[in-house]
Amino acid sequence: MKNLDQIVAEAQAAFAAISDPDALEQVKARYLGKTGQITELLKGLGKLLAEEKKTAGAAINKAKEAIEAALNARREAIRKAALQARLAEEALDVTLPGRGEERGGLHPVTRTLERIETLFRSIGFEVADGPEIETDFHNFTALNTPEDHPARSMHDTFYLQDAEGKVADGILLRTHTSPIQARYMQAHVAKYGHLATMPEIRIIAPGRVYRVDSDATHSPMFHQVEGLWVGEGVSFADLKGVVADFLRRFFESDDLKVRFRPSFFPFTEPSAEIDVAFMSGALEGRWLEIAGCGMVHPNVLRHAGIDPEKYTGFAFGFGPDRLTMLRYGVNDLRLFFEGDLRFLHQFI
Amino acid sequence: MKFSESWLNSFVDPGLSSEALSHLLTMAGLEVEELDPVAPPFGQVVVARIVDIHKHPDADRLNVCRVDVGDGQLRVIVCGAPNAAAGLKVPCALPGAELPGGLVIKMAKVRGVESSGMLCSAKELGIAEDASGLLVLPEDASVGQSIRQYLDLDDQLFTLKLTPNRADCLSLTGVAREVAALTGKTARFVDVPEVPATITTKRDIVLDAPEACPLYCGRVIRGVNAKAPTPEWMKRRLERSGIRAISALVDVTNYVMLELGQPLHAFDNTHLEGAIHARMAKPGEKLLLLNEQTIALETDVLMIADDAKPVAMAGIMGGEESGITLETTELLLEAAFFAPKAIAGRARRYSFVSDASHRFERGVDFGGTRRAMERATRLILDICGGEAGPVVEAKAALPQRNPVRLRTARAARVLGVALPAETIADLFRRLGLTFTREGDDFLVTPPSYRFDLEIEEDLIEEIARLHGYDNIPAPAPRGALAMLAQGEAHRPLPRIRQLLTDRGYQEVVNYAFIEEAWEQDFAANSDPIRLANPIASQMAVMRSQLFSGLVANVQTNLKRKQNRVRLFETGRCFRRDAAGGPVAGFSQPWRLAALAYGGALPEGWGNGNRKVDFYDLKGDVEALFAGLSLRFEKATHPALHPGRSANILLEGREIGVIGELHPEWMQKYELPLAPVVFEIDLATAQNAILPAYAEVSKFQPVLRDLAIVVDQNLEVQTLLDGMKKNKPALISDLNLFDVYAGTGVPEGKKSLAFRIVMQDTQRTLQDVEVDAALQQLIVYVEQAFAARLRS
Repeated sequence: MKNLDQIVAEAQAAFAAISDPDALEQVKARYLGKTGQITELLKGLGKLLAEEKKTAGAAINKAKEAIEAALNARREAIRKAALQARLAEEALDVTLPGRGEERGGLHPVTRTLERIETLFRSIGFEVADGPEIETDFHNFTALNTPEDHPARSMHDTFYLQDAEGKVADGILLRTHTSPIQARYMQAHVAKYGHLATMPEIRIIAPGRVYRVDSDATHSPMFHQVEGLWVGEGVSFADLKGVVADFLRRFFESDDLKVRFRPSFFPFTEPSAEIDVAFMSGALEGRWLEIAGCGMVHPNVLRHAGIDPEKYTGFAFGFGPDRLTMLRYGVNDLRLFFEGDLRFLHQFI
Repeated sequence: MKFSESWLNSFVDPGLSSEALSHLLTMAGLEVEELDPVAPPFGQVVVARIVDIHKHPDADRLNVCRVDVGDGQLRVIVCGAPNAAAGLKVPCALPGAELPGGLVIKMAKVRGVESSGMLCSAKELGIAEDASGLLVLPEDASVGQSIRQYLDLDDQLFTLKLTPNRADCLSLTGVAREVAALTGKTARFVDVPEVPATITTKRDIVLDAPEACPLYCGRVIRGVNAKAPTPEWMKRRLERSGIRAISALVDVTNYVMLELGQPLHAFDNTHLEGAIHARMAKPGEKLLLLNEQTIALETDVLMIADDAKPVAMAGIMGGEESGITLETTELLLEAAFFAPKAIAGRARRYSFVSDASHRFERGVDFGGTRRAMERATRLILDICGGEAGPVVEAKAALPQRNPVRLRTARAARVLGVALPAETIADLFRRLGLTFTREGDDFLVTPPSYRFDLEIEEDLIEEIARLHGYDNIPAPAPRGALAMLAQGEAHRPLPRIRQLLTDRGYQEVVNYAFIEEAWEQDFAANSDPIRLANPIASQMAVMRSQLFSGLVANVQTNLKRKQNRVRLFETGRCFRRDAAGGPVAGFSQPWRLAALAYGGALPEGWGNGNRKVDFYDLKGDVEALFAGLSLRFEKATHPALHPGRSANILLEGREIGVIGELHPEWMQKYELPLAPVVFEIDLATAQNAILPAYAEVSKFQPVLRDLAIVVDQNLEVQTLLDGMKKNKPALISDLNLFDVYAGTGVPEGKKSLAFRIVMQDTQRTLQDVEVDAALQQLIVYVEQAFAARLRS
């Protein structure tokens, strides 16, 4: 009979030589199977005396445990090796680009308009809208710009044809977003005019506007955003405060310089142009005209049915195209309207 | 308004540098658009006299001049200018001079002749474009004097961009008045004594339209020499104001207009008959103007006429026939006040502007009319000689300058800064406004030259302007806090845009005016809304749809080798509509359109090369309306492939279309592949569902697959509608997961496979009832659609 230690050593060596799980089970049978060496030894125990049985049994069981341990260790090693092999086989080139749709992007001017809306909503301005084919009345007359007012020559207006091919009477493409002021105030008065004190009007009104003008810095269609705040005691100082706050937030520049200088618009009095100057960058130190604004002219308030003695207000008009150009360094206005993906994809 | 600083300084010395003056004016609302030196920097150029001139021995085109520059010796200068001649006085750049453009003058041999300097043209000195020859100086120029000094070149040119309300600053007098107010300095204006009549000749004046022309002064001047030269100083001032010197008489009228702001007109008196009338044009009347344009006048145009004929469009432009020429010896000088309302817009109507109309339509100082007449008379007599008749003045009611009340408290309320009444009084005094006080109220009577001070706010602006906009505080805004409405069943526009960008679309903004053919092609619209004054034929009509712009964008990008294009645009479209919206006769709905062209996915190793198709965009539309149930009905649309287009319906209402571009337009617009497009009413896409909870079953659902074969032409929607309507209650959902036609399915048929979900929220389903429910559905589709089970 072989020495138990020898058997264990043999089994360990045999297991170690095997890397196939099925072959391992076959070799296992040689030791632990029905006729395996250890099994046979255990069967032989019956022939021994009780005293001997105890010692021999303990020794055989110890050997059996050692073999089982070797077997399990080998099984685990083989499983791990197989897993390793599979993992190696399944490895991907993680540097290949991802699959599927790419993201599109907003038009740069829309980005600007959305930022403007968000900034103004944060101080309680609602967004208003108005028609682009507009009446002469709302575009001019209601804004204190009667027929033949010299200020009309500041706006080269697109007119529509009537059925006979002549210039249609009283209809035009709006030259600015200011008519929305007039319309909104009228609607506000219709809604709240019966109250002793009407709620404040705080709106911004972005939109497309049209003027007969086309070159590198003028487009026959462009954007404006109108702002209006009417209430009791709204002052020119408030206008300065709101506009300066907006410009610094918009350009994310606390040291942005903002100045107001007297100007003229028929629908505001006093009126101002707003200039900004950046403290760094390509345009550092240059004053750039960026908006027109002023206190709403009493005639405009009266046209809308608002008592200018009780209520005052301010209005402003920014050019979002220009704000966009300054913000992103775009140097040609025409790029906004060409639909060139190589340009637009830069604003994702 | 353009003028030179030295002219301004003759009225008021602001004691400021040109730059500081420019800033001061800009910040006071007289925006300085340009500030340029009269001449670029250069030195060592002096007045020289060409003493004699000889041909260069070795060069045909060159002359050798001997030149006196006042240093007691004659220097030799080689010169190629064609107008070089002995006796001329011209500018000479001495050795060491650096001319504009960087040319440094040195002693040099020119074709073997030593030349010590250079005789200069105006262009070489950077003061004019004329390079045709030497700049010939007047005979009185003193040899050796610096040319900068002689031509007064150390002067600055101011160009003001004046707003229409500041007509009072359309003259040197006005600007000087403003500068005095801003700086607190005193302005000294030209002394204009009355010129006594030395002859009695006169012409009567009749104001037939006294509202339009309430003041007209006329004066005959006889025996003038129209050919007399205009003095250099006057020419220089005119030219530095951007007005070309023409002839002495014309120059004087222009000069006085610039100096005092009063446009004048001079008629050749021998071409006039009878009295002068200021009257409205008669029907059918025509006039040949000085600009050689013949105008058919409308009856709201104010005319100057004599007894027989119209002779000028009052305040706008004179007539050609009665105009002065170099032969004129007797003239009628006009100085008048024409009401702004009578002039405004008239010149523009006939597509021209004039310096006179520009001023009159904004308002000319009616208190200075007579003064301008005297000033012009004096200058004419001094320059052209002659004798003046008496001034005939016809006068009706001039504009009233009613006192305007300014309340100190109101100014504080509007401006947001409280200025003491004493400060306001001081500002008014500086502006030359006369006022009386009633406590803290001011009653201000505006001067005749201010047409923009009519109401209290106008005075508040004057206060703010002089106080300085910069000195008004800019506090953080304060207002009543109130939250804005946030309708949850209303999807904000940014969310819709974001959904599209997330699905790969790039936003574009296209012009709202397009080519007429596009409306025809993409909307079969043969009567589009046309512009009366388009800037180009490709921008002649208002779009009623967005497809055309997107298709044009594809063309643009294909040219630039961008072969996969996914775009969307939101914008208003314009349609004639009797009901209309806020503007009668037109509806202007906001629309949303998208287009996809090329690969279904971007080019990439793992993205395949399937081209985008109808169903890709249909999926995008469905995503836009997630939670709402859309229906698609086969439809024809002028822009779209008739077999591959559909109307989109929401709750039975048509809200848009989707489809492949019509092959005819693919060909016409040169697109190798078919773009797929959709356009919807934007407002409907903003509808969203306010979620409402429905119970979720705790029991397992039972899933069964059902494959049936139906006629190829049967629309799935019809089948689904029927199945959903007639299904047993147990069936909670039907999902079409496969569509197949081909091998194994008979010709003309298609196989549709549905996953059937059965579910009860209260209990587990039994096999028997599941089988029965499925069987019921099968029987229904067999009977209703002649479907059969696929084996």
